[in-house]
Amino acid sequence: MFDQNFILGCSAIGAGLAVIAGIGPGVGQGIAAGHAAAAVGRNPGAKGDVTSTMLLGQAVAETTGLYGLLIAMLLFFVKPLVG
Amino acid sequence: MNYGILLADDIDFMVHGIFKYNFFGLGEVWITTTHVCLLIVMLILIGFAIAANRCIAKAKDEPTGFQNVVEMIVEMLDGMVDKTMGRAAPKFYNYIGTIFIFILFSNISGLLGLRPPTADYGTTLALGIITFVLIHVNTWTHNKPVDIWKDKCSPLPPWLPIWLPINIISDVAVPISLSLRLFANVLSGTVMMALIYGLLRWIATGWPAALHVYFDLFSGAIQTYVSCMLTMTYISNARGDK
Repeated sequence: MFDQNFILGCSAIGAGLAVIAGIGPGVGQGIAAGHAAAAVGRNPGAKGDVTSTMLLGQAVAETTGLYGLLIAMLLFFVKPLVG
Repeated sequence: MNYGILLADDIDFMVHGIFKYNFFGLGEVWITTTHVCLLIVMLILIGFAIAANRCIAKAKDEPTGFQNVVEMIVEMLDGMVDKTMGRAAPKFYNYIGTIFIFILFSNISGLLGLRPPTADYGTTLALGIITFVLIHVNTWTHNKPVDIWKDKCSPLPPWLPIWLPINIISDVAVPISLSLRLFANVLSGTVMMALIYGLLRWIATGWPAALHVYFDLFSGAIQTYVSCMLTMTYISNARGDK
């Protein structure tokens, strides 16, 4: 129905839009790291525990951004919309 | 690939089939680069394990050289499991230690020119499914069925199981998110390095080593730690005791 190049171009635009999902995890991870830095400043003895908790939370927060990345990858390299 | 904008045709980070065979008449199965890289990683790890075993078998009271390294690795892994899982830790030293070393070497194998086996969803989904089975075996062996039912209807009272499907979906999502997280992190590093080498060609000599340190070593180690921590957290939540 549509020209294949048109679909490829739209897929590329969609891939670009999909990785905008990276904004959320970026902000969230920054907030987590900032609070962890504050916590270490208040209680330097708990540095190990604070760091591991922060990494765990950041990894969970990162998931949504990675889903966006996966969608972009699929659109760009697997090309599901090109029939 | 026919993207004119990329200016390069040799950007290569996909899984390649090496040869295919007929799987007992059920269909065609491919042996891919992932299998080969996985085999190389496994051989390295098995060689290391045999060497470590030999070394520990004739261990001395004052450790020297290789024995120091082996003891340090084992103590570090056991300490990590101890800190997270508490009383249940000794049962899981083996599993967590194994997946830690395996994922770590798989992620780092990008440095050796291999395609990291964890950048294939097949590998990480297998790890996720193992964890899923462990979570549910531990749930059913350490809790009474009544408590499990109460937990599955959790925000609402147990005689009103409206929330049950949502909780089941969130249970099923655990292995998927666990495996997708590892897969996407390693894949993004692999894709980034492939794009840099494919697009910049001769400009990309020498300095991408710094990027390798970040994408392969740092990111790989962090993701290893994170997936082991999440596995341990899920399992100790399922056991419910501390």
